Amino acid sequence: MDWLNILNLTGGELIGAYTAAYVLCALGLAMHFGFTGLLNFGQAAFAALGAYGYAIATLTFGWNMWGSVAFGLICSAAFAVVLGIPTLRLRADYLAIVTIAAAQALRFAFATSAYDKVTGGANGLSQFGEDFYSYNPIPEGRYPLGALDFSEKEIWIRIVGWSLVAIAAVVMLVLTRSPWGRVLKGIREDEDAARALGKNVFAYKIQSLVIGGSIASLGGMLFVMSSQTNQPQTWGTNFTFMIWTVLLLGGAATILGPIVGGMTFFALLMFTQGILEGLVNMGWLPFLDIAQVGQIRFLLVGLVLMLLVIFRPQGIFGNKKELQFNG
Amino acid sequence: MANQISVGEPAPGCKKVDPILVAKNVTRQFGGLTAVNVEHLEIPRGQITALIGPNGAGKTTMFNLLTGFDKPNTGEWVFNGHNLAGVPSYKVARLGMIRTFQLTKALSLLTVLDNMRLGDQKNPGESFLASFVRPLWKSHEKKITAKADELLKRFKLDAKREDYAAALSGGQRKLLEMARALMSDPKLVMLDEPMAGVNPALTQSLLEHIKGLKDSGTTVLFVEHDMHMVRHISDWVIVMAEGKVVAEGPPAEVMKNPAVIDAYLGAHANSDLGDVNIDDAKEGI
Repeated sequence: MDWLNILNLTGGELIGAYTAAYVLCALGLAMHFGFTGLLNFGQAAFAALGAYGYAIATLTFGWNMWGSVAFGLICSAAFAVVLGIPTLRLRADYLAIVTIAAAQALRFAFATSAYDKVTGGANGLSQFGEDFYSYNPIPEGRYPLGALDFSEKEIWIRIVGWSLVAIAAVVMLVLTRSPWGRVLKGIREDEDAARALGKNVFAYKIQSLVIGGSIASLGGMLFVMSSQTNQPQTWGTNFTFMIWTVLLLGGAATILGPIVGGMTFFALLMFTQGILEGLVNMGWLPFLDIAQVGQIRFLLVGLVLMLLVIFRPQGIFGNKKELQFNG
Repeated sequence: MANQISVGEPAPGCKKVDPILVAKNVTRQFGGLTAVNVEHLEIPRGQITALIGPNGAGKTTMFNLLTGFDKPNTGEWVFNGHNLAGVPSYKVARLGMIRTFQLTKALSLLTVLDNMRLGDQKNPGESFLASFVRPLWKSHEKKITAKADELLKRFKLDAKREDYAAALSGGQRKLLEMARALMSDPKLVMLDEPMAGVNPALTQSLLEHIKGLKDSGTTVLFVEHDMHMVRHISDWVIVMAEGKVVAEGPPAEVMKNPAVIDAYLGAHANSDLGDVNIDDAKEGI
């Protein structure tokens, strides 16, 4: 087994652009679930709106990068408000059902051929990143990092991606440690108590949904930017549940949690794939072939998620003290 | 016996000299059941008023209606010059009418101190944009922290200030909820069974706190089953049964009222005799 190669690939995942994209989505979900208690199972929809908003603004309207980013953010904020007005008065479990349904409905709307001039239908959209890569200051070439080497584009998207993660983390840190964040936590604990103290619970929930959704939509833009392809099937429920895994792995009501959770998750995924492929090649797993390894590792991820929720529900960074009270 | 609270003789729905809350024709139906049907009710300002009645009399429903946590089928009520019918609960709280809950709602995973700070209503840092600019709210935060510490001391919770509210005992949570309600200097505090589940040693200090509220000019309305407490601290008692106000007056007089005896004996008729307080029964409650 080529251990060095496995470790290199694993290390590459730690700083991957996809990893940064998932981390952004998980940070947004931390705002929704960890700090406000909103059980949002439609996070993929916010990411999809960021991605489609950007791509449509660039390809259909011919806008530059800044305009396209703004349009993506506006789309996801508008979705948050439209989704929030009827549903944020519902109990948490009903909100979960509505968000998952809304995310699916949105994905089908993107995939339908009725609007394929704008959305690209089932094929999605591609080649919308020209303006983004035109800002790249790094000269063309190959840049080795350990045993891996990156093109100038790959380095650029990683720099932008992880800078966005850093900015989002700082913004969330400031917000959650302010009196505003304290009100959110109060709502998470008991919204009627917050109301009885004169807090406009509905307005705070909408704000939380918009902020978390905007951060996730940046994640969505980043996600489609590295390959410059945006396909509707990307934004299914599995995308949402990957985000949940990342969030719960790190710790829901923390800022560092989603970041380290995301890095751990994707490194682990790559590591298991490397090991499994190695074992298959050595003939130790005769019931598997290389093509099945990709599926098996998600099965293992599911197992890890279950074990995590059972034995360490507070995640890596969660406060153990908090958990003593929930059993 | 003359009293300074009502205009004329005390009677169900009688006018008060200086009411802080006036409710008219408030009804609430749950399907075929009429939970609350109050024609006229006035709460005297600056006094401690007890709302008593057997289980299912509609006391808590009345609380929910007055504070905007439930919507009545008919009726209107005026609090301190503000018409409150249809006003959402958080705005009711902002007008100075703060309630507590029968089942205590401590914010478990917030510290005791954060629970208290959340009770403040004028914090500029609670608005989204201002929360980014620390200088805008830092001094206010300091002020309310000092106030919270003072209240915590009064309620003997100062040793717990850094603990999660979840780590408090049931009685301490009741104290915390009451202390938190006082953070905004309310005009009217509505306590829903403040003594339920509190041990007798704490009861005494809770009673003192409630009397202290009156001394500081706050009006108190509370629901309670403990007759001893009602007699001990209230200036005025309102009795509800089957959704209606059946009697009101100063505590000593109300306890002798046949309607009250009827309402309570009716309740006792279905309950285990072991639960009936002999002393209360002798006095005809």
